[in-house]
Amino acid sequence: MRNYFKPTVFLLSLWPIYIIAYQLIYNKLGPEPVDRIINHFGEWTLIFVLLTLSMTPLRKITNSLEWIKFRRMLGLFAFFYASIHMLSYVGLDYRFDFEPLIDDVLKKKFIFIGFSAWLLLIPLAITSSDKMVRILKKNWKKLHQLIYVISIFGVLHFIWLSKTIFFKPLIFLIILIILLLFRINFKKFNLS
Amino acid sequence: MKKFKHSEITPEKIYNKRRSFIKSMGYGLGSIAFSSVPLINAKASNLNEPTSYKDITTYNNYYEFGTGKGDPHRRAKNFTTRPWSVIIEGEVEKPLELPIEEILAIKSEERILKLRCVEGWSMVIPWLGFSLSELLNKVQIKSSAKFVEFETVYNPEEMVGQRYPVLNWPYIEGLRLDEAMHPLTTVVTGLYGKPLPNQNGAPLRIFIPWKYGFKSAKSIVKIRLKKNMPNTAWKNASPREYGFYSNVNPEVDHPRWSQATERVIGESILAPRIKTLMFNGYGDEVAHLYSGMDLKKNY
Repeated sequence: MRNYFKPTVFLLSLWPIYIIAYQLIYNKLGPEPVDRIINHFGEWTLIFVLLTLSMTPLRKITNSLEWIKFRRMLGLFAFFYASIHMLSYVGLDYRFDFEPLIDDVLKKKFIFIGFSAWLLLIPLAITSSDKMVRILKKNWKKLHQLIYVISIFGVLHFIWLSKTIFFKPLIFLIILIILLLFRINFKKFNLS
Repeated sequence: MKKFKHSEITPEKIYNKRRSFIKSMGYGLGSIAFSSVPLINAKASNLNEPTSYKDITTYNNYYEFGTGKGDPHRRAKNFTTRPWSVIIEGEVEKPLELPIEEILAIKSEERILKLRCVEGWSMVIPWLGFSLSELLNKVQIKSSAKFVEFETVYNPEEMVGQRYPVLNWPYIEGLRLDEAMHPLTTVVTGLYGKPLPNQNGAPLRIFIPWKYGFKSAKSIVKIRLKKNMPNTAWKNASPREYGFYSNVNPEVDHPRWSQATERVIGESILAPRIKTLMFNGYGDEVAHLYSGMDLKKNY
């Protein structure tokens, strides 16, 4: 039974792709299709970052080790969707016209911080294999704590690009704060 | 992917009427000195086609009904627009309360104008309407009046967005008096030859084609002539990002994003962005209003 868990989570994690494929084929992307694709994958990136961050709290709450098995897969999906998000921005929206793009990255803080978050995801994706865990030993854990910085960057990116914080950016912010508070509490717990 | 031509979406009757209107625009209006009203952003071939009725009426920024683009279409269906009246007051000799029926009786014409949203997208909309100056001329404006303020209705029972502090409700917008008196500043009563749909600002809105979309207030109940600059909604929410003038200007970026280009609503996924034009392409008509002004400072 448990052998099916991982493939099932994998197929479920492809949900954002199914949606876009359906909407593309049936011409349902709406009046601003490029924007729709960029936002769609941007939001799903954040959802997967938050899902990745949920695994450790869930392990502690449920006292089950099962959750941690999915952490790597969910994290890689976050990187996958972040890459599609960025590529659709660079390719579909700006058609690989790098001059205005570089201008955007340097001048606009929401793009700068979003791009930084994606860059920071790269070393995490590269070092996600068991082999790299063994090679990096203690440093692996340190390196992968970058996910906290990335998650904050990602949510800030969403807040800064929105005209108002109401309501989606606010919801993401609240969930992120809850997930990060879990870390602080558990560390205190361990110390005492 | 199948792409519909606008001619396939638009009812034929209206489509033909529109063709002849564009022609008449070229001949007729030329004589009253806006022969160069750019219906379009020249270059790209299909831009002179108005955006489809469906896109115009389902993709709206109207925060009174929610912050999602689809919210106004879904939530404004049962919005009460009758009885309705518009009060014109302030620095005027003859304040008026006009029933909506009386305003709608003023002769409207089709005006195909481009809407550029501050978010970086644009539509071409065949509005029905008339110049705001026609209304303002009814009240004998005092010489002390320098600005015009527009107030949207406050109705949180039906406008669910007004229940949350997204903006300071009711929505306030405004213009300098000379901007308000410009013939292109339009009182909108309909679009595509039909009465104005609720999600587009029924029963009455204004439209200022050379300014970002948020300047064009919807479902107006009060027009107030003032000595001082109105404290407008978005300027109030974030003065660094949204100025009082908010003229479309590709050279002045929004602090958080570029205004140099825009995406055309309804275009295919492969269509490129187009260049944004100064004053949204209406520079020949309106640039003189701002001569001598630093538009970087007065954004």
